[in-house]
Amino acid sequence: MDEILDGTTQIDCDILIIGGGTAGPMAAIKAKRKNPNANVVLLDKANVKRSGAISMGMDGLNNSVIPGYATPEQYTKEITIANDGIVDQKAVYRYAEECYSIIEELDQFGIRFQKDQNGEYDVKKVHHIGTYVLPMPNGDTVKKALYRQLRKARINIVNRYMATRLLTGNGRIAGAVCVNTRTAEFLVVRAKAVIMSLGAAGRLGLPSSGYLYGTYENASNSGEGYSMAYHAGAGLANLECFQINPLIKDYNGPACAYVAGPMGGYTSNAQGERFIECDYWSGQMMQEFYDELQGGKGPVYLKLNHLAEETVAEIERVLHIVERPTRGHFHKGRGTDYRTDMIEMHISEIGFCSGHSASGVFVDERARTTIDGLYAAGDMANVPHNYMLGAFTNGAFAGLDAVDFVKDVDFADFDMGEVDAERTRVLAPTKRDDGVPPNQIEYKTRRLVNDYLQPPKVTAKMELAQRRFEEVRHDMENEMYVRDSHELMRSLEASAIMDCADMAAAASLYRTESRWGLYHNRVEYERDDEKWFCHTILTKGDDGKPAHSKKAVDEYIVEIDDEEKDAYNNQRVTKTVAAE
Amino acid sequence: MPLAQTSTIVPVVVDDALCIADKGCTVCVDVCPLDVLRIVEGPDGSPVTAHMKYDECWYCMPCEADCPTGAVTVNLPFLLK
Repeated sequence: MDEILDGTTQIDCDILIIGGGTAGPMAAIKAKRKNPNANVVLLDKANVKRSGAISMGMDGLNNSVIPGYATPEQYTKEITIANDGIVDQKAVYRYAEECYSIIEELDQFGIRFQKDQNGEYDVKKVHHIGTYVLPMPNGDTVKKALYRQLRKARINIVNRYMATRLLTGNGRIAGAVCVNTRTAEFLVVRAKAVIMSLGAAGRLGLPSSGYLYGTYENASNSGEGYSMAYHAGAGLANLECFQINPLIKDYNGPACAYVAGPMGGYTSNAQGERFIECDYWSGQMMQEFYDELQGGKGPVYLKLNHLAEETVAEIERVLHIVERPTRGHFHKGRGTDYRTDMIEMHISEIGFCSGHSASGVFVDERARTTIDGLYAAGDMANVPHNYMLGAFTNGAFAGLDAVDFVKDVDFADFDMGEVDAERTRVLAPTKRDDGVPPNQIEYKTRRLVNDYLQPPKVTAKMELAQRRFEEVRHDMENEMYVRDSHELMRSLEASAIMDCADMAAAASLYRTESRWGLYHNRVEYERDDEKWFCHTILTKGDDGKPAHSKKAVDEYIVEIDDEEKDAYNNQRVTKTVAAE
Repeated sequence: MPLAQTSTIVPVVVDDALCIADKGCTVCVDVCPLDVLRIVEGPDGSPVTAHMKYDECWYCMPCEADCPTGAVTVNLPFLLK
């Protein structure tokens, strides 16, 4: 295994789905059910059995809109406010309307959701305004349940192939170039439609531990979706709205206030005091978190040590089995116990992710990108605050629409010269006798991301970043060296990470205002609704560098009252006279 | 410039006595999202045991959870444990 072989195979399919984590499998299942004759290929650089953000499962649905608890109107309003107004509501509203049917479907797959004694869904309140959090007691079974459905639907699964570039022709999508991660053999897939579900750009910033793979996101989500969409000419929206998450310091996994919050746990400062009213993630909440870390009252902790033994045991049962089960090992190693200790928290490295914030490939309410026949769903598509249920639901939208799209089209022509050029680019690091290994290229890029792009954002620092990225890119393109096909995969990831770093700097410089709290806190600029109440769209310019434009926010379908607009700006706990 | 041979301690540990790679099992290698595990081969090329070849671990645990004999343990990488 891992030697570098020479070879290229070509296959044809109706719909190629790249990424078998969350959105991808649902897109495949929906497309195949709608048209059983469609040839659907689900491709993953890992193994679909355990790939993606929910590799080990998920502890709950963060954003479920369940009749009796919330309405699509309420949810759309909440997300619009949480995302500082920059929301095309149609996509959020459609999600809110249809996500309940996806929950019922997941239930039929064997994924259970918490119910109360009356058999009703046991929905918890975590958000600032509404009630949307639904725990999943057997959330560790999600991937297995999905895999059973994929087999049942007879989806063609292609594991351990990494897509490296999309192919276009006749003004629409034509397919993708892929490379085997264990043999370096090429696979050219001709497809009438392509659905991208490649997850977040989670390996952009460097975690404070310095361990390249100790990221908040699954470290295999290294931003290829963003990079491929960019090179294909698609528009990417609001990339400056970075993802930054609260987490357990060093472990770098979620603190899961969504699990602990409804049971009485909360985020506190060093004095054990609550300082934010609401643990639901937003840029505004992250700004308060950051201020507390920087101020004299930090560090910040997850506080559970005031809770009853049964409650702590229940929280442990969920947090140490589902989603990131090594968390129990971590606390054991540190000798920390929720019963007696507050657990030190921190904030994550930066990344792109719509699952938690709003940085993604631009899509509409049918998951269509700006390229005909090309779809995107899940963490990499720009429907804000998607989370896992958003990935499933928008993945379903993509699969359903793609089946209709392929009915009336044949394969688009593409230039074989593009495939040859891509082979040359991909294999370049295998043709050298020595040079810089991909892990050093990656480390340097990501260290520079931390040094210069982490908010608060400063113009001069971001311009420095651009100059340094250019130097590292030059080294990457001329000196990167790999010894086997595994390292070749890492070199391709390093290249995608470099593209994302470039886009992060360019997008942040373009929006000359502050918005989304910490996510785009540009210290030299105030919020400016007059100039910047709009999406920013980043595309690949004619000079091969990021180009920018503004896109108007679609007219709201759910109106927001003036006094509601600021709900997420008032996060800090104000002490009452009695409390003092 | 030549490459160095810097050593690194890896987080995933396989109990050779329990590992059944010699019987053809490759479950842990198959499920790892980062593809960092490999099977050690004997002098004749026959499979012997699984091991962590690349220090690129997200400590996510499918290898441990899916191992049919309980041979795999995922520790926290030293830098963050």
